[in-house]
Amino acid sequence: MSGTPFVVLSAILFTIGCVGVLTRRNAIVVFMCIELMLNATNLALVTFSRINGTLDGQIMAFFVMVVAAAEVVVGLAIIVSVFRTRRSASVDDVNLLKY
Amino acid sequence: MVAFWILSPIMVAAALGLLFARKAVHAALLLAVVMICLSVLYLVQNAPFLFVVQIIVYTGAILMLFLFVLMLVGVDASDSVVETIRGQRLMATVAGLALGLLLVLGIGQVSLGAVTGLSQANADGNVQGLAQLLFSRYVFAFEATSALLITAAIGAMVLAHRERLTPKLTQADRAAQRMRAYAEHGTHPGPLPSPGVYARHNAVDTPALLPDGSPAETSVSRMFTVRGTIRPASASDVRMLTASVGDGATTDQERQGEQ
Repeated sequence: MSGTPFVVLSAILFTIGCVGVLTRRNAIVVFMCIELMLNATNLALVTFSRINGTLDGQIMAFFVMVVAAAEVVVGLAIIVSVFRTRRSASVDDVNLLKY
Repeated sequence: MVAFWILSPIMVAAALGLLFARKAVHAALLLAVVMICLSVLYLVQNAPFLFVVQIIVYTGAILMLFLFVLMLVGVDASDSVVETIRGQRLMATVAGLALGLLLVLGIGQVSLGAVTGLSQANADGNVQGLAQLLFSRYVFAFEATSALLITAAIGAMVLAHRERLTPKLTQADRAAQRMRAYAEHGTHPGPLPSPGVYARHNAVDTPALLPDGSPAETSVSRMFTVRGTIRPASASDVRMLTASVGDGATTDQERQGEQ
């Protein structure tokens, strides 16, 4: 099977994640949409790995997963600390830099 | 390649559900669906190691962390659908459609070439092949990853840590506090009444009944009141109860004497 359908699916998932980041207001759901985008790129990397016949794409996907795990840990800690001070997980409430 | 055509509609539907889910917990579960389907697609594409890692690390660890923080933070008004910037949702949808169209058309234009397949690269086994690459060509990136993980762990500890600003209350302090509250406001110093006393059920969501038949608000957890899931005793039961123990009713001794 050619790689094009996989890459198209990856592009669609990436787009959905992108729209989610732009529209959702709950910080945790925004974060989930970022994870969706990372997963979509992983799918593209694995597909390219199969097309090229080398394992480098899979290695890159593996590194993306590692970085995503570290990013989730720090990001969720930030959300928790923001929630502690502002009693809200909405991205609209974090507006101190606006003024 | 049946797996792809079965899984891709499920994945797209679940991802779209992520956009429209009203509750964050539903969004997390839909994301889990997407991730598990993705892991199967990895397996289809000769990546068994990533299949396992996807399930263990993403679905197992990261998503559980998401759910854990969701439970910690709780449900609040940030799930509301009121737009703060006018036309933001429309513009985001248009921009998203444009991006998606651009990507799909771009992918359609290029030819990705013939699929080589991984049968040669995976000849010694997928995990062995990955390990050979990881510990030779990508060994510096691998080492940098360890530094990243340690930094992330310390960062999370620093961010989530909270200094104690007030001294910790001892049991004697708490007792003194209760007695002061009793002296100043008349608050009952003893433990709160348990739920269901003299009520129809002794379930935790059924408030205890006071001697006059009215429900005792303090006998059930405040969370039940917030959620509105309190089951009050029915009015007829309360009337029956107060009639049997109230004024003019026969006591147990009188009843025994009649028998």
